[in-house]
This record gives sequence, structure tokens and C-alpha cells, in this order.
Amino acid sequence: MSTPILDILWIIPLLPLLGAATNGLFGKKWPNKIVNTVALSATGLSFAAALEAVREFFEQGQKLVHKEFFDWIVAGSFRAGFDLQMDQLTVIMVLVVTGVGFLIHIYSTGYMSHEGGYYRFFSYLNLFMFFMLILVLAANYVLLFVGWEGVGLASYLLIGFYFLKKSASDAGKKAFIVNRIGDFGFMLGMFLLFKTFGTLDFTELFAKAAPWSHESWGVFGTFTVACLLLFTGACGKSAQLPLYVWLPDAMEGPTPVSALIHAATMVTAGVYVVARSHILFTHSETALIVVGTVGCATAFFAATIGLVQTDIKKVLAYSTVSQLGYMFLGCGVGAFSAGIFHLMTHAFFKALLFLAAGSVIHAMGGEQNMLHMGGLSKKIKVTYWTMLIATLAIAGFPPLAGFFSKDAILGEAFQREGGWHSLYVVGLLTALLTSFYMFRLIFLTFHGKQRYDEHHVHVHESPWSMLGPLVILALLSIIGGWLAAPSFWGGEDHFTAFLAPVFGAGHAEGEAALSEAAAHSLELTLAIVAVAAAALGWATAFWLYLRQPGKPAEIAKSLKPIYNTLYNKYYVDEAYGAAIVKPLLAISTNVLWKVVDVAMIDGTVNGIATGATATGHVTRRTQSGNTRSYAVWVVVGALTILIIVFWPAIRALAGGAQ
Amino acid sequence: MVPTHYYLILSAILFGLGAVAFVFKRNIITIFMSIELMLNAVNLAFVAFSQAFGKVEGQVFVLFVIVVAAAEAAVGLGIIILIQRNRQSLNIEKVNLLKL
Repeated sequence: MSTPILDILWIIPLLPLLGAATNGLFGKKWPNKIVNTVALSATGLSFAAALEAVREFFEQGQKLVHKEFFDWIVAGSFRAGFDLQMDQLTVIMVLVVTGVGFLIHIYSTGYMSHEGGYYRFFSYLNLFMFFMLILVLAANYVLLFVGWEGVGLASYLLIGFYFLKKSASDAGKKAFIVNRIGDFGFMLGMFLLFKTFGTLDFTELFAKAAPWSHESWGVFGTFTVACLLLFTGACGKSAQLPLYVWLPDAMEGPTPVSALIHAATMVTAGVYVVARSHILFTHSETALIVVGTVGCATAFFAATIGLVQTDIKKVLAYSTVSQLGYMFLGCGVGAFSAGIFHLMTHAFFKALLFLAAGSVIHAMGGEQNMLHMGGLSKKIKVTYWTMLIATLAIAGFPPLAGFFSKDAILGEAFQREGGWHSLYVVGLLTALLTSFYMFRLIFLTFHGKQRYDEHHVHVHESPWSMLGPLVILALLSIIGGWLAAPSFWGGEDHFTAFLAPVFGAGHAEGEAALSEAAAHSLELTLAIVAVAAAALGWATAFWLYLRQPGKPAEIAKSLKPIYNTLYNKYYVDEAYGAAIVKPLLAISTNVLWKVVDVAMIDGTVNGIATGATATGHVTRRTQSGNTRSYAVWVVVGALTILIIVFWPAIRALAGGAQ
Repeated sequence: MVPTHYYLILSAILFGLGAVAFVFKRNIITIFMSIELMLNAVNLAFVAFSQAFGKVEGQVFVLFVIVVAAAEAAVGLGIIILIQRNRQSLNIEKVNLLKL
């Protein structure tokens, strides 16, 4: 049985790298069409290679594929190679990354066609694909970290794509710096794992870790510390409390970037790492509780901010933060496959939401404020319908994708033993909020009165290069959830079964205690409650924004302090500014700059120079130009040498004289 | 025979006189003469050692020194004449264009 692509697994990431290099080096003078062709064929071929690799993976019986291509770092017993692996988890990630990535590339050819720096954009986008594929295909933490940092770089470059705009370049820097904090934790986690187990290779490491005893709540052993450090990194990359602040600002980048990097793929890397390291996490109850709590808190916190934002992309950004929180909640309750399932469905509908929002912005000629939209549903029908599907999906209406994945997470949270019911309640509340702010977005944008000036804005539907990906993603948002339909739905959880070799079967201990019938009815009840929450959110949004359009402003006025707090995002940026940025700036200015740099470093350098000059001033007096003084020096020198040479003899003479 | 150290003491006295004159005199010609005096003091030492050890190299060296001194005298006197022409003085303190 030949497995041509699995043998050269490196081809999947290499193709986008080639595309990035070609466009980046030579694309400047090329017309858009050639740049398109290069970028699209790079990602398209990569997608095709990924599909073929997955087919071969199935053909050879879904066994873990581990390939060592070459050594990268070898030092003593430590080895970090360019090793790629493919298992069930990788299959899902690779397909999501290449598939959604390819669709967004197609979309970008339409969206970016009027922008400058076309080749630069596609070069960065391909570079991102390369690093992201390295991240998901890596077979050890070190190589994963390469991809991890690389996507951070691509993210920085693309957020600051409009680098002439100060807010955009600032947002890029913010993303990079905030991520650095998380990466620091990630690296410490890696060091601790290496110190403990002597390897960073996934297969070896997990095999060595598995027999260790579990650490219960409150115990801070190796696993707890390592997991919490890794989770710090995940918090940075996946925008969780308290490091989420960069993601909303990242919306300064072009919309396809927001869709690809800041919604569908890169920000889910943290969830991927937690899921990949699930053996470590399940060893530590503390780490799991922290992951679940942080995820749940982030989900709720971000959703409340999303309620009042008026920028269409900002709403989606906070929604992304919130949904990422759901994924961590899923991982935290030990339902890693549910978390990954939500990651996948979220990639579909959130990419779709962003792309549709991009299409709206395109139609409105760059307007992003929803208060200046309204009544667009008749004018841009395809965009409207696809966005509506995505909204229904994210709000959790059956039978769309979000319903199944969100339901799976909430169900696992409910059934988990211990103090998890509160997390379930908060999760449910978040579902309600999600439904509300998403329908608020739809109603403000597409329904109601038209709130823009028709003479200035020529509303037009986007070209098919943009609408095509929307339609495909809408289809995926509908059917993507059917992979794991709950049993009362008459379906089977194919998704969990598929991932079982990675995560192990029967992760939810509470489930086994229930009989099948009871489990059915419980699942059904939970699903009905969840749908009821979503429907309540829809109804509230409908009533507030369509039936009583004046009401929201009234409510905002009567609850002014709360409204302002939410509108200003809980003043978190301001708090960080006062607590961290300002003191750092003060220390840098007053100590590092004025004392260390100016006084000490410059002082040393200048002091040496001044000293040399001063010495010169003194010693140049010996070079008087007076011939006889030179003669004196010669005589003195000669006498000195003579005395030194004959010193023993002189001493002997003196001794003899005594 | 006169002992060798007599010659050496004479040579040292002559050399010391030359050195002191070189440092303290201002007239270029006097300085020039003191240089010759030092050279010849050294020559005397060479010859004395050559005699004492019965070797000929010292005397050969003296011939070299005399030749070099002659050449030096020719060039040096030429320079002195030019200085006299340019400055109407033989005072070495006045020849100080390179001085700070």
C-alpha cells in the first residue's frame, strides 16, 4: 500500500511557503492575476495534498503517522527534529486550516482587488498558512512553537497591513506584545516538561506521562504547573482572560484576515494545544478547573461587551473571544472532542460571519458602524441569507452546526461531577447573550429603516469570487454539525468516536452512571433548554430592535453606568494602561533612559573618550619639539636600561664595599 | 701595558662630556661636535676591547663608525649651512617650527 503524500507530509506546509516566497520576492511588479494564481494554486494544492493525505490516513487504518524528516536541534539527549505527525486530531485541524484558508484566499481576491499591496497581502496570507500547518502537523513542542511564533508574526504583519494608519500598526504591536506574555509561559512550560520527562516529542512524552499519578484540586505538582504555564500561552494566543485585549484591536486588519487568522484558525491554536496536551491536563484537576473557569468567564465577559458594540467587526471579535471561551470550557470539563468539535464548527460559521461582514462593508463602501446601516437585506440578498445562516448557527438553533457543538459542550459541563453546574448556568446565559447580540447585528444591519444616505453610498452586491466562499461556508455551517448529532436526534456521535483514539473513550465519568434512556431524556432536556435560551435571545433582539426601535436608547439611558461600562469594554484597556503600560513607560523614561542609558552607558563611552583626550593633553607636553629635551629622554632611557642591566653587579659592588 | 679599564674610564668620561654638552649647548655646531665626541668615545672603547680580547671585529667596527660619521658630518654640515642661511642664527632654540 503506497502512501505517497503521507511519505512527504512536508509538502502540505511547503506549498504555501513557496507561494509566499514567490509572491513576496517577485510579486511587486506582477499584475493581480498572476499574484492570484500563485497564491491560490499554493493553497489549493496544499488543500488537495491534505485531502489526499487524509484519504491515505484512512486507507492505512487511521494509525498514527509519525515521520522524522531531519534533525533540527540535537544536544546531548535532547532532540528536536523536523518531525511531522498525523492523527485524528491533526486530520481535523489540517482540513479546517487548508479548506477554510483556501476559501478565504478565493474571497480575498475579490475583497482586496482595489487595495494597494496586493502581492504583499497574499504573500503574508500564504506565510500564515505555512506556519499554521507547521503548528498543527508538528510532532513535538519545539516545532509546534515554531509554528506558534510564526502565526504570531503573520498575524502582526497582517493586522498592521495598512501600516500607514497609526491605529493599525499600534494594533499589530499590541497583538505581538500581549502574545509575548503568553509565549513566555508556554516556553517555561516546555522547559518544565523537558526537565521532568526528558523529551518534548508528543508520542514519547505522553507515553511517559500517562502512568504518573493524578494531582487533585489544590495540589501544585509538576503537571499542574506545566499545564498552567502551557495554558498561559494558550490564553495569549486564543485571547482568553486576561490576555484577550489584543483580539478586538486586531480587527484593524483587512476583513479576510480577521476571518482567517482572528476567527477561524490562529486563535484556535490555544485550544488545539490544550487538546493536544490533554494527557497532561487530565492529570491535574487544578489545571482543568482553571481552564474551564477561565473559558467560561471569558465567554460570558466577552459576550456582555459584544451586546453594546456598534462596529460590526468589533461585535464579531468579541463573539470570537466568547466562543473561544466555550471551547476552553469544553476542554476544561474534560470534553476535549466537544471542544475541538466546536472549534471546527466555529471555524465554519465565524469565518462565514466575518466574510459576510466584509461583504457588507464592501457593499457600504467601507462603513463599519451598524448604526449607519439598516435595511440591507433586499439589496444584498446572498450576503444576507448566508449571514443569517451563520447567525442561526452561532446562536445554536437546530439543525445548524453551532447547535450541536455548543450543546455538546454544555451537556458535558452539566453532566460533569463536582461544582460544574455553575459553569453550565453561566454557559447557558452566554448562549442567550450570544443569540441576542448576533440577532441585534442582523437586525441593525439588514432590517429596519435605512440609516444611510443613498446618494453617498451606492450599495452593491459583491462579486462571485466573494459570494462563492460565503455559500460554501454556509453549507458547511448547516451540515457541519451533523457529524456529531446527539442520540435523541437519531444520530450518532461520529466525531467523538473518530477522535477517540486520541482522547480516549468515555471521558465523561458522570455519563456512565446514567441508563441510556435517562441519558436520552437528559440530553433532550438540555437541548430544549439551550434552544429556549437562544430563542429568548432572538425574541429580545427582535422586540428591541425591530418592534420598538426607540427602546434600546431608552434602556441605555436608564442604565447609563452599566451601558457605559460595557460600551467602554469594562475599561480594561484603560486599567492595563494605568497599571502596566504607564509604570513601565515611567520606569523606562526615568530610570532606563535617563539613568541607565544616558548616565551609565553613554557616560562610560563618553568618559573613555574624554579620558583619552585628557591623557593626550598631558602627554603631548613630552613632544615639545625641543631637540635637547629629546636628548635628555634618550640619555635618561639609556641610563635606566644600563642600571637595570647592571643592577646585580652594582649590588654586588655595594655589598663588597660594606 | 696600559690596563683596559683605563681606556674604558677615559671613554666613559669623553662620552659623558659629549652627552652633557649635547644637552646643554645651544650652538648647533657645538652640538654637532659633541656628537662626534660621543662617537669617538665609543670608538675608543671598541678599540680597547678589540685589543684586550685579541679580536679584529672591534677595529672593523670602528672603521665603519668613522665612515658613517664622515657621511653624517657632510650631511649635517650642509643642514647647518642652510639653517644659518635661512635664520641667520645657529641657536637651536630658534629652530622650532614643529614645536607646539
